[in-house]
Amino acid sequence: MRDYIISAGDLVKRFGDFEAVKGVSFAVSRGECFGLLGPNGAGKTSIVKMIYGFSPVTSGKLEVFGEDIMARARNIKARIGVVSQEDNLDPELSVRENLLVYAGYFRMKKDLAQKRADEILAFMDLRDKSGEVVEHLSGGLKRRLTIGRALINRPELLILDEPTTGLDPYARHLVWQRLRKLKESGTTMLLTTHYLEEASQLCDRLIIIHHGKILEEGTPRGLIEGYVGNEALELGVDPLHRDLLTEGCEDLIRARQTLGDDLVLFTDRGRELAERISERAVSLDVSINYRRLRPANLEDVFLHLTGETLEKN
Amino acid sequence: MPGINKLLKEITTVPDLSWPLILKVFYRNLQVFRKTWKANIMFNFVEPVLYLWALGFGLGVYVNQVGGLPYIDFLAPALIASSAMFATTYEMTYGSFTRMGHQKVFHGMVATPVSMDDVVMGEILYGTFKGVLYGIVFFVVVALSGLVKSPWALLVPVPLALMVMAFSILSLIWTSIAPNYDSFGYFFTLFISPMFLFAGVFFPVDNLPAGIRFLPWFTPLYHAVEVIRPLVLGKVAWSNLSNLAWLVVFIVLTIRIPLVMVKKRLIQ
Repeated sequence: MRDYIISAGDLVKRFGDFEAVKGVSFAVSRGECFGLLGPNGAGKTSIVKMIYGFSPVTSGKLEVFGEDIMARARNIKARIGVVSQEDNLDPELSVRENLLVYAGYFRMKKDLAQKRADEILAFMDLRDKSGEVVEHLSGGLKRRLTIGRALINRPELLILDEPTTGLDPYARHLVWQRLRKLKESGTTMLLTTHYLEEASQLCDRLIIIHHGKILEEGTPRGLIEGYVGNEALELGVDPLHRDLLTEGCEDLIRARQTLGDDLVLFTDRGRELAERISERAVSLDVSINYRRLRPANLEDVFLHLTGETLEKN
Repeated sequence: MPGINKLLKEITTVPDLSWPLILKVFYRNLQVFRKTWKANIMFNFVEPVLYLWALGFGLGVYVNQVGGLPYIDFLAPALIASSAMFATTYEMTYGSFTRMGHQKVFHGMVATPVSMDDVVMGEILYGTFKGVLYGIVFFVVVALSGLVKSPWALLVPVPLALMVMAFSILSLIWTSIAPNYDSFGYFFTLFISPMFLFAGVFFPVDNLPAGIRFLPWFTPLYHAVEVIRPLVLGKVAWSNLSNLAWLVVFIVLTIRIPLVMVKKRLIQ
């Protein structure tokens, strides 16, 4: 058997009558960045909260570092770092004090805690903020501190629940950079997100979750190529003319989807398809209000699998 | 009532406690207190001083004697207890509710080896510390006013600590079911203020109407005042041990409840 950091088997989470997680199975290997992708309310956070021992497992198997999380929570929690969705820093304390107080919960010796705190302040680029009181920090800085705080115990597993939700693009890229560095240094990561770019930037492997179930599992690239092809052609065409317009192009179209008023065609040969469609449009005298050829992404996979977009609900 | 039965069942289970980590939770709160105590201590401390002046030196002129004592001698020791009670109940309602809800500090702690039981026990310790501290500050004022009559008074922290621990527990139980800040108004109006007024701080409970004279016996404040007053005045009696015993028994019987209830609220 392989050395899995997390191994979940038929994992179920129920809140009263509501089943948030409906029997999911997956395994995360050492050194891997594993993503849970899905819209809000898909059950990602419920899964993650079970993994870090916050909420009890309703049924199924959940092992972290090969140990049962329900029985060995304290020992397991000593080896993981958690970045939760909402900031839960100590707002009255300074940046540095936040790190030192948190080190105390891991029973770290004072001088080791000081050393780690300095390393983290440098790594997260927070050195000149070290004396500042947390409640006065911007959202981006708070997030960086939250991630830094989760590293205080040099975790073998870092759990990130929507780490960049609510951040501006600049702050988000800064966080991604740091996470990539951590990944390079061998930290195993579990990441939940509803940002496709985030999942494709960081994850080696991911599962797509919808209504508490796993829809698909694979690498970001593999999923995109397997389901929708390399490119997506978006066309603003009257619904009446859609079938007529794409007639004779079936050999190039791997999948199709309607998104609002647009028709999205997935293909491996985008330029060729676009040209052929344009020709047909001219000869049929059908007007195309809008056209865009772009690389296919995970959003398209999700759209294809569920017929829904990620940002909705 | 399946909810009550479940609660009773959980109360009889052994809590998941690690004392070194409980102390870390306590220390965290202490560190925040160190930053805010100046603004904080005035608020809790000035009020009992005002009571002491207004009622002790003011009203006291018209009240000849209470139980053979000048009124201010009767009142001052009891205000030590009530000021400690207020300090603890404010901290364990508004303070704990903020840490638990808005700030999500509890959530941050339990993502580490700290358990939720450790967090709540750390809160109880902190509430106890704060009450004792404010009680002692007021005790110093009483002593400086020349109202401490006996070295027995050095033992005041003992009943004080037991009483504020009981109030930490009671407040946290309320906090664990409080839907919002406004609901703490009910806690103070229904429980804390009546205790303050009728549990023997301002007048002996014997003066209450016969039908309700037994009620103060059920409150921690009454028992604490019954011990603190003789300690300060040097009129200690063996019967005071029964008041201490009441406080100990109260704590032992109730301390598991807030641990279960806060966990129940936060963890699903």
